[in-house]
Amino acid sequence: MSTIAITAPRIAVRKASRRIKPARVVLHAFLIAMVALWLFPLFWAVFASLRPYGDTVLHGYLSWPANGLSFINYQTVWTQAEIPYYYLNTLVIVIPGVIFTLLLASMVAFCCTQFSWRFNLIVLMLFTAGNLLPPQVIIVPLYWIYLNTPIAMLGSIDIGNFSFAIFSDNNLLYDQYIGIILIHVVFQTGFATFVLANYMKTITKEITESALVDGANVFRIWWSVILPLCRPALAAMATLLFTFMYNDFFWALVLLSHGNKRPITSALNNLQGEFLINYNLIAAGALLACLPPIIVYILLQRQFVAGLTLGSTKG
Amino acid sequence: MANTTTSLAPARAKKKPEAGALVTRRKRRYTLLTRHDKILIALMVGVPLALDLLLIWGPTLASVGLSFTNWQNIGPITGKNFVGFKNYQFLFSGYTLFWPAFTHNLIWLAWLTLIATPLGMFFAVLLDREMRGTRIYQSVFFLPVVLSLVVVGFIWDLQFAPTDGFINNVLGTAKSSNLIDWLGNPRINLFSILVAASWRHIGYIMILYLAGLKSVDPSLREAAKVDGATEVRTFFSVVLPVMAPINVIIVVVTAIEALRAFDIAFIINQGKNGLELLSILIYNNSISEASLVGFGSAIAVILLLISLVPIVAFLSRVMRTLA
Repeated sequence: MSTIAITAPRIAVRKASRRIKPARVVLHAFLIAMVALWLFPLFWAVFASLRPYGDTVLHGYLSWPANGLSFINYQTVWTQAEIPYYYLNTLVIVIPGVIFTLLLASMVAFCCTQFSWRFNLIVLMLFTAGNLLPPQVIIVPLYWIYLNTPIAMLGSIDIGNFSFAIFSDNNLLYDQYIGIILIHVVFQTGFATFVLANYMKTITKEITESALVDGANVFRIWWSVILPLCRPALAAMATLLFTFMYNDFFWALVLLSHGNKRPITSALNNLQGEFLINYNLIAAGALLACLPPIIVYILLQRQFVAGLTLGSTKG
Repeated sequence: MANTTTSLAPARAKKKPEAGALVTRRKRRYTLLTRHDKILIALMVGVPLALDLLLIWGPTLASVGLSFTNWQNIGPITGKNFVGFKNYQFLFSGYTLFWPAFTHNLIWLAWLTLIATPLGMFFAVLLDREMRGTRIYQSVFFLPVVLSLVVVGFIWDLQFAPTDGFINNVLGTAKSSNLIDWLGNPRINLFSILVAASWRHIGYIMILYLAGLKSVDPSLREAAKVDGATEVRTFFSVVLPVMAPINVIIVVVTAIEALRAFDIAFIINQGKNGLELLSILIYNNSISEASLVGFGSAIAVILLLISLVPIVAFLSRVMRTLA
């Protein structure tokens, strides 16, 4: 695994030649064609989303809109499909999800790499393998667990029409934000543990040892010595985990029943039913839904790619 | 990131000569830990591990157990619910959707392994050179990877839709009587969504493979070049063999992706009419359409057994580096 991650500094041995080689031209031509092919579906979605449906019906899909482009579809979908509300639903799940995953995974990775004990490899294997299972393999018993685990009802935090139950509003783990957060945390901890363990292996054990000699306890060493050293890996993981959890569809589909608790990706699925044939409106909704991960990707591209190549177990 | 990743190599190289010294060092480390520390370690590992066992491995084993019952999620499970291999018998010989779903998973796997993954590797090889714009090309090919499969499904729906989709409008088959129903016709819809899935998969493989290619010692290529090997020859005779460990991981990642497939097929038509997949059958039989817990679990066990092949391959490959 770590072999993938090795990015040895590329020594520029090859001298850049001044003259343009025909092979290079062919290569660029091919790549530009591929780039066009890759971007076209996105471009088409943007184009469709920017013209009113009526105009499409009148002039067909392969035409330039008579009255120009407009943001009317975005306005409609933003208010009618309550996009901001579903963004909030997603954030309420994803932010605690990422934080708890990183905390738990870094603890396990720290204990398994900085100390030698009998089962540390087996523990790492359990976490790694657990994340590689198709989620559908565990879903049937998990569904039962969620329907049969009593969770305390201690009121809720209400902001407008948004209500975050503490910790449940039906006495169950099922159909609760915390239920979704929990399964994300547990499932992704497997992946994050594996990646962080790979990273922490490179930190010499002498650091931990000398901190122990200085009288720091293990928890303190994890928090104030090891975590700061892992900042790049944690940043990379946070970016990646944000995207994984944001893009989740399956857990929310099975473990939530009320539409108003759904994160934006599964809410989008309902949009299809609501606006049946209006492809332009659906395009606008889909693009709005995928905007946050795209922004994260553009801003934090290096972290994103680093996280994937450090782990490279899933996508 | 570069500074951290480069340090992986020396750390690993150091491991072997040290092996003899490890025993004494381990002893010393243990004496450094107080009782309090040991309890802390037990907690820091124990809590996440308990959650992992409870919500991942427990259900995995429970699926195996439930697959031998006819339990329907009502009342307690008693000895009467035990039906032996009946669920499996019905699965293989009576249930008409099983073999189609199984075949679709295999086609998915074959498509990704033989078409999408090699394309991703090909892009990686093309982009792994000092070239103007290589970062831009990489960013574009990687862009679909950050999108949710749900969104990917919608975006490609705009291409494939029968009367409103781009492809049929361009081909002129949108209005004619011989309209091509890319997503509705059970003979072609699997391949339509495989195109959409590949759009995302290729970029993913490209990034993984690029990172691997960067780790290949440049002097190897230089030597091959000096010996007069062409670029293609160099790749197949020098780079590809050196990359063997990464090739294995790429194949494993591909297999796991193929077995996990669920979202796109579900978005397009809930996994019906040509888009049946094992993962979707589990969901439909045990949760959404019926509560045949035992029967759904039997499908889950089949999926589990297939998944164990790439998972074990992966673990045996990577745990060597973690050990």
